[in-house]
Amino acid sequence: MDWGEQLSDLPVGELLRELTPQVLGLVVRRFRDFDAAEDAVQEASIAAVMQWPRDGVPENPRAWLTQVAFRKMADGIRSESARRRRETEVVEEAARVSESGLDAAPVEDDALVLLFMCCHPALTPSSAIALTLRAVGGLTTAEIANAFLVPEATMAQRISRAKQTIKASGIPFQMPNAEERGLGLRSVLHVLYLIFNEGYTATSGPRLRRADLSQEAIRLTRMTLRLQPENTEIAGLLALMLLTDARRHARTGPNDELIPLSEQNRGLWDRKQIADGVALLSAALPKASVGPYQLQAAIAAVHDEAERPEDTDWPQILALYDLLKHMSDNPMVILNHAIAAAMVHGPQKGLNLLDGLKGDRRIAEHYRLDAVRAHLLERAGDSEAAARYYRAAAGKTVNLPERNYLLMQAARLATMMGRT
Amino acid sequence: MKYILLMSGSKAGVDGYRTWSKKDIDAHMAVLTSLNRELAESGEFVATQGLAAPHEAKVVRGLREGIPITDGIFPESKEFLLGYWIVDVATPERAYEIAGRISAAPGPGGVPTNMPIEVREFATRAPQS
Amino acid sequence: MKYILMMHGKKGAWDEYAKWSKEDLQRNVEFMRGFNKELHDSGVFVDTKGLAWPQEATMVRAGNNGEPVTDGVFPESKEFLAGYWVIDVESAEQAYKIAARASAAPGPGGKPANMPIEVRQVLGSHNDLGF
Repeated sequence: MDWGEQLSDLPVGELLRELTPQVLGLVVRRFRDFDAAEDAVQEASIAAVMQWPRDGVPENPRAWLTQVAFRKMADGIRSESARRRRETEVVEEAARVSESGLDAAPVEDDALVLLFMCCHPALTPSSAIALTLRAVGGLTTAEIANAFLVPEATMAQRISRAKQTIKASGIPFQMPNAEERGLGLRSVLHVLYLIFNEGYTATSGPRLRRADLSQEAIRLTRMTLRLQPENTEIAGLLALMLLTDARRHARTGPNDELIPLSEQNRGLWDRKQIADGVALLSAALPKASVGPYQLQAAIAAVHDEAERPEDTDWPQILALYDLLKHMSDNPMVILNHAIAAAMVHGPQKGLNLLDGLKGDRRIAEHYRLDAVRAHLLERAGDSEAAARYYRAAAGKTVNLPERNYLLMQAARLATMMGRT
Repeated sequence: MKYILLMSGSKAGVDGYRTWSKKDIDAHMAVLTSLNRELAESGEFVATQGLAAPHEAKVVRGLREGIPITDGIFPESKEFLLGYWIVDVATPERAYEIAGRISAAPGPGGVPTNMPIEVREFATRAPQS
Repeated sequence: MKYILMMHGKKGAWDEYAKWSKEDLQRNVEFMRGFNKELHDSGVFVDTKGLAWPQEATMVRAGNNGEPVTDGVFPESKEFLAGYWVIDVESAEQAYKIAARASAAPGPGGKPANMPIEVRQVLGSHNDLGF
C-alpha cells in the first residue's frame, strides 16, 4: 500500500496529522529518544490507518496512539540488552499511562518544544524542513518526497539523518529558556517561511501536492501562533503567508507563465484571505517593536489593498522597505527597495540604487539584478538597453517560466522598436 | 539546489572503453556505484541513468508524409551523452565535488579517467512575486 | 523500453532563440505544454527537463589533490543539452515518432522548427551498458 497517497485522502488522515505532534511530544518527553520516538509514532499512525477505518475511530484517539507508541518503545528497549534494567520501569509506566488516559499531559507545550527541536539551528534548512513536515506536520515520507520532487528513499534518509543529528547534538526535549527562545523561534519561523515558499512558488511537479505545502505552512504557523499568541512576529509571518497566498490564482497563466504583480488579474485574488491577513497584522503591529515578517506582511498588505496597480501606495511601500533594509541584509530586499524608490522618485533613482549593488557578490551575477535593471531602463525610456538586460537575465535564470517571461519582455520591446 | 551532472564521450572514447579489461570496467563501476550509495545515504540522490551505446543513437528531424526522418550519421567529433546524475545539494561547490568524484573514477590500470563532467543547475520553482 | 529524447544546441542557437518574437515564443511554449500533456495522457511520460542557458554550465574534472577543477569556458562549437524527455514505449519506432513530433515544434513564423532530436535507449544498470 502506498501510504503517501492514501493518508491524506482518508478522513482519518486529517485527524492523525493533528494528533501526531502531540503524541510525539509526549513520547519524546517520556523516553528522551527522539529518533526511536519518531519511528514509534509513525508505526502507531500506520496502525491507526489500518485499524480505525475498520473498527471506527477510538473515543480517545490520542490516548490510543500514545499507548501503541509507548508499547513500541517498550518493545524496542526490551530488545536492547544494555537497557534491560529500565525495561520493567518502562513497561510499568506504559501500563500507568494507558490507565490514566493522558488527558492531564500538557500536550500543546510539547508540540511547541517539538517544533523548536525540529527547527534547531544545528540542522541544515533542508533537514529541518523535512523533519518538521514529518514530525510536526504529520506528513508521510512519501508525501514530503513528492512535494520536493526527490525519491522517497532520499527523503527518508534526510529525515533519518536529521533525527540522528538531534540525538548527536544532545538537544534536550524541553522548552528553551528565555534567552534561547528568541533564536529558536527565529529558526522556527525561517523554516516555516521556507516551506511556504517552496509550495507557493512550485512550477512543476504534481501541482496539487506542491500547492498543499503552502497550506501546510499556514496550518503550522497558525498552530505556532496558538501556542504563543502574544508573539507578534509569528502573527506577522502568518499574515505574510495569507496575504501572499491570496494572490496564488492570479500569478500563473494558462501555460504556467509567470504573471508579475503589476499585471495580475486582481479579481482572482482571495479578498477574504486578504482581509484576514490585514486584520491579523493590524492587531499585531501596535503591540511590540516591529520585526521583518511584520514589515514584509505590511508591504504585502499595501499591494493587496490596491484595487488596481495604479492605486498602489508606493510611498508607503518605499517607507516600509526603508525600514526593512535596516533589519534584513537579504539582497532581494534591496532590489525591491530600488523598485519602490523608482516608483516614487523616478526610474533613474532606482537605477542609481542598483549601481550600488554591483559590488555585492551575492547579487551581482543574479538574474534578478538584470531583470530589475531592465524593467527600470524600460521605464526610463531606454528600450534598447532594457531588451538587452531582459535577454541577459533570461540567460541567467534556471527557471523556465521565468525565462519565458523575460524573453517575452525583450520580444515585446523589440516589436515596439520595430524590429520583430 | 538541483543539478544535473552530464558525462559525455566521443565514439572513439566509447570504442576505447570497449578495450578495457573486465577488471578495469568493474573497478570503474564500483567507484560509481559506491558514489551512488553515498548520495543515497546523504539524502542528495535524485536520479541516475546510463544511456545505450552511441552507435545506436538516431537523430530525428521532423516528419515527411507522417514518417519520422531519421538518420544515424554523426561527425566523428560529436560528444555523446553517456549518462547523467541528478543531485539535490546545498551548494554549487558540493555539486562540483560530486562531479569531481565521477571524473576521478579509475580507468585502465587504475588511473583516473579525468573525464570532464558538465554541471548544470535546474530549477523546479519560481521566484516570489 | 525507456528512451531519452534530447535537444542540443550550440551557444549561437540560444542567442537565436532569445530573439524570437512574442508570438513565436508563446506558440512554442503552448506546443510544448500540449505535447507534455499528451505524453502524460498516453502513459509514456517518465521525465522531462528544460535546462538553463549554457553560460551557467560548469565543466568539472578531477583535480590532483581531490579538489575538483572547474571551468566555464567552452568553444563556440560545443553542443549543449537544452532539454530532454524520457519516455517508456513499446518500440524504437514509437520513440522516433514521438521525437519527430517534438522536432516539428513550431519555430519562427510558426513553421515546424525540425530541430534535430537525438534518440537513445536508456539502460537499467551498468550491466546493460554492454558497449
